[in-house]
Amino acid sequence: MTLPIPDVAQPSRRALLQTGGGFALAFFLGVGSARATISARPQPGDAELAAREGATFAPNALIRIDREGPVRLVMPNVEMGQGVYTTEAMLLAEELDVGLDQVIVQHAPPIDALYGTPLLKSQTTGGSTTVRANWMILREAGAVARAMLISAAAEQWGVPAAECVTKAGVVKHAASGRSATYNELAEAAARQQTPEKVGLKDPKDFKLVGKPMRRIDSPSKVDGSAIFGIDIRVPDMQVAYVITCPTAGGTLKSVKEDEARKQPGVKDVIRLPHGVAVTAPNYWAAKKAAEALEIEWDHGPNVDFSTEGLFKALDEASRTGKALVARSDGPLDRKGKTIEAVYQHPILAHAPMEPLNAVVHVRPDACEIWVGSQVPTRAVGAAAKLTGLPEDKIILHNQYLGGGFGRRLEVDSVELAVNIAKQVPYPVKMIWSREHDIRHDIPRTAYLDRVSAVVDDEGYPVVWKDRTCGASVPKRWAPQMLRKDGFDADLTECSDELSYDIPAFHVEWVPHDMPEAIPIGWWRGVGPTHNIFKVEGFVDELAHAAGKDPVEFRRKMLTKNPRPLSVLNKAAEAIGWGEKLPPRVGRGVAFASPFGSHVCAIAEVEVSPRGVIRIRRGVAAIDCGPVMNPNTVEAQIQGGLIFGWTMALFNEITFEKGAVKQSNFHDYRMMRLNETPPIEVHIVKNEGPIGGMGEVGTAIAAPALANAVFAATGVRLRRLPLDPRLLADPKAGAA
Amino acid sequence: MLTLNVNGEDRSVEVPEDMPLLWVLRDVIGLTGTKFGCGIAQCGACTVHVDGQAVRSCVLPVGELGDAKITTVEAIGATPEGKKIQDAWLAVEVVQCGYCQTGQVMSAAALLRHNPQPTDEDIDAAMSGNICRCGTYVRIRQAIHQAATGKPVAEQTIAYNLQKGPAQ
Repeated sequence: MTLPIPDVAQPSRRALLQTGGGFALAFFLGVGSARATISARPQPGDAELAAREGATFAPNALIRIDREGPVRLVMPNVEMGQGVYTTEAMLLAEELDVGLDQVIVQHAPPIDALYGTPLLKSQTTGGSTTVRANWMILREAGAVARAMLISAAAEQWGVPAAECVTKAGVVKHAASGRSATYNELAEAAARQQTPEKVGLKDPKDFKLVGKPMRRIDSPSKVDGSAIFGIDIRVPDMQVAYVITCPTAGGTLKSVKEDEARKQPGVKDVIRLPHGVAVTAPNYWAAKKAAEALEIEWDHGPNVDFSTEGLFKALDEASRTGKALVARSDGPLDRKGKTIEAVYQHPILAHAPMEPLNAVVHVRPDACEIWVGSQVPTRAVGAAAKLTGLPEDKIILHNQYLGGGFGRRLEVDSVELAVNIAKQVPYPVKMIWSREHDIRHDIPRTAYLDRVSAVVDDEGYPVVWKDRTCGASVPKRWAPQMLRKDGFDADLTECSDELSYDIPAFHVEWVPHDMPEAIPIGWWRGVGPTHNIFKVEGFVDELAHAAGKDPVEFRRKMLTKNPRPLSVLNKAAEAIGWGEKLPPRVGRGVAFASPFGSHVCAIAEVEVSPRGVIRIRRGVAAIDCGPVMNPNTVEAQIQGGLIFGWTMALFNEITFEKGAVKQSNFHDYRMMRLNETPPIEVHIVKNEGPIGGMGEVGTAIAAPALANAVFAATGVRLRRLPLDPRLLADPKAGAA
Repeated sequence: MLTLNVNGEDRSVEVPEDMPLLWVLRDVIGLTGTKFGCGIAQCGACTVHVDGQAVRSCVLPVGELGDAKITTVEAIGATPEGKKIQDAWLAVEVVQCGYCQTGQVMSAAALLRHNPQPTDEDIDAAMSGNICRCGTYVRIRQAIHQAATGKPVAEQTIAYNLQKGPAQ
């Protein structure tokens, strides 16, 4: 789900790839369509919204300046850890010329036309698009407001606007010695014409952008005052605990509620198509009562579905199925030594730390929702459909998200909460247990990839072929993203365009759908997380087959590509690539260009005689073009790597008899602090184009780790998660 | 009717004795800084102090608490260790989504209270029960060292006088 950078009118596929690292959404975006999204200038609906919020001066949908108090900045995107509230506030404040100590941020209401990300044409936070898509618009929005404040001051004082300057929320006129605060000027500024053109700061004059500014949300998140969706409390609210049929697609046959009704506090037992909910004044009471229900399920059509069967079917489909071609070009008939491999990727749960939840109050005339969502307008649409109310009667209050990772790009949990709340007069806070969260995720799907190369006399690939097999997310989530023949570019993102100099490519996808009752979803790093594991593992295999050093091998194929090359060189230099290492210790390198950024990660691992992998050190080099906040870049790479390494070491969702086996953190493991190595992040400076950050670390993590395991043990693992049983040291005997 | 001492105040609550402290804090008393993550003491998001010890409140029945003194994240800043930890957390910018961080802060404050100069091994032992899905562990370690020594151990964020936000 990567995106091209803005302002590309009708870009060629290659131009998109060069600027954005993928074209999956180019179709979805409907490039050139006239639908409104966020703007630096007023749009229809702005004035009404600003009036409702009681704003004195609202030059656009993003900035509110009142007669007193801090400047209010409305955040078009959602904060789920990636730091965008701070970055977006920095961009607005920079050009508005206020300090971050003079602003507060507020969650935007759900209005695509005012807060939609231009490249997504909707109010969606995902695909590492926020800063790439919005950074110039936010700067301009700040500059428009500043210009109107200056013109208000100049008019009041009868002086030329050009003689006025701004600093920290004050307009000054040096010659007359006059000054006024933005608060004092708000009313007059609201009467000024919106300027058609405004100048932007020279980046060398930036006071905020590019500096390690402290996050705007941190203080409230270390003292417990930050409110996430799960923390919402409204009057007369009851808490709902939900039990859903463990078998995917299974339905409720019958339920005996006598015992449950006897539990203290129980309010209502609510029947749902696929389960039952119990409401009570608190979560514990609701859970206790729900657990006392006697439920009979109709397990439905998926009782024979298993992960084992899925991988067999993927293998079969990948050999015999009809492929949709991403690209096929260059001299593909070159003969020579051929190397082949099969890579496999498991089903994954998202497991955000904040279990899914929503507070919903359905009233006869309106429906009010409190939730942390990556797609608030989509949630509004879903609630309207279920309640039969018009969309303007759905009032949604977005919240901080306790992790998103793609899970909160779905609205299934909101729909479930609406279906519960529809049946009762009071507001309902539905909270999923962790077990429900993992078992009823909309998971990342499994893939099976066959990759092969014809190599020249020195072992470098001259023909690269890749056939991936798996299901498509957009087929359900946004069918307009698909090519006319059904091709989904997410499946080959970061595998159909490599920075390496390879003359012939054939990359294709064999669709293999999951059962209808198991919808699959976006997962941090999307296509790149899937594809880079295979591409960079296979490049490593080619280097080994050629008897060449893996860094040197990649360097040779990057000589025509200076931006990637400098990233590879920086990481290799930083870790001291080439040093002699102890036995069963190894380093693995991976390089790619996901989300318009260029990244190289090197992992150093030690593998115990019994096969346990310990990561000793991580180094990454990143070129994301202009850096908004270097502190955030480092955090996203560190955290992204840990997210990806967690996946590579531990994560797999398995289905047996149509039900998910895993249920909580004991069997769906997370990396812990004691397992985390020091991770150095080196930013390689570059003026652009700008790249995304939120998913880059995750996408590059697994191949660096698997390649390091190979260096340490000589065992090439092509299936995730890495199986330690295959890594035991044969020389150590049965330990 | 049970009486609990929470953040120095006696609170009377009408709850069954087997109800975990977490839900009494969140759903009955209304202190939502303590988070629900797993319900089985696997993730540490629900960490509070009981008589100065870090405990997982999601599996702690309130009936067992007696007159123990309970401290939650809302009051930890009033203790010297809690204040040092919170300051260091901001200085090296540990937080990402922030959902697990109140539990992390509570585990770290308990560590410093009992061990003012923890080694890396001490930090491993005290903090490995707290999961962070965003992967802030590298900075958690740095922040604990910084809080213990008072010396900057990583790049410091540029501080400013923050407003509370966002407005609800």
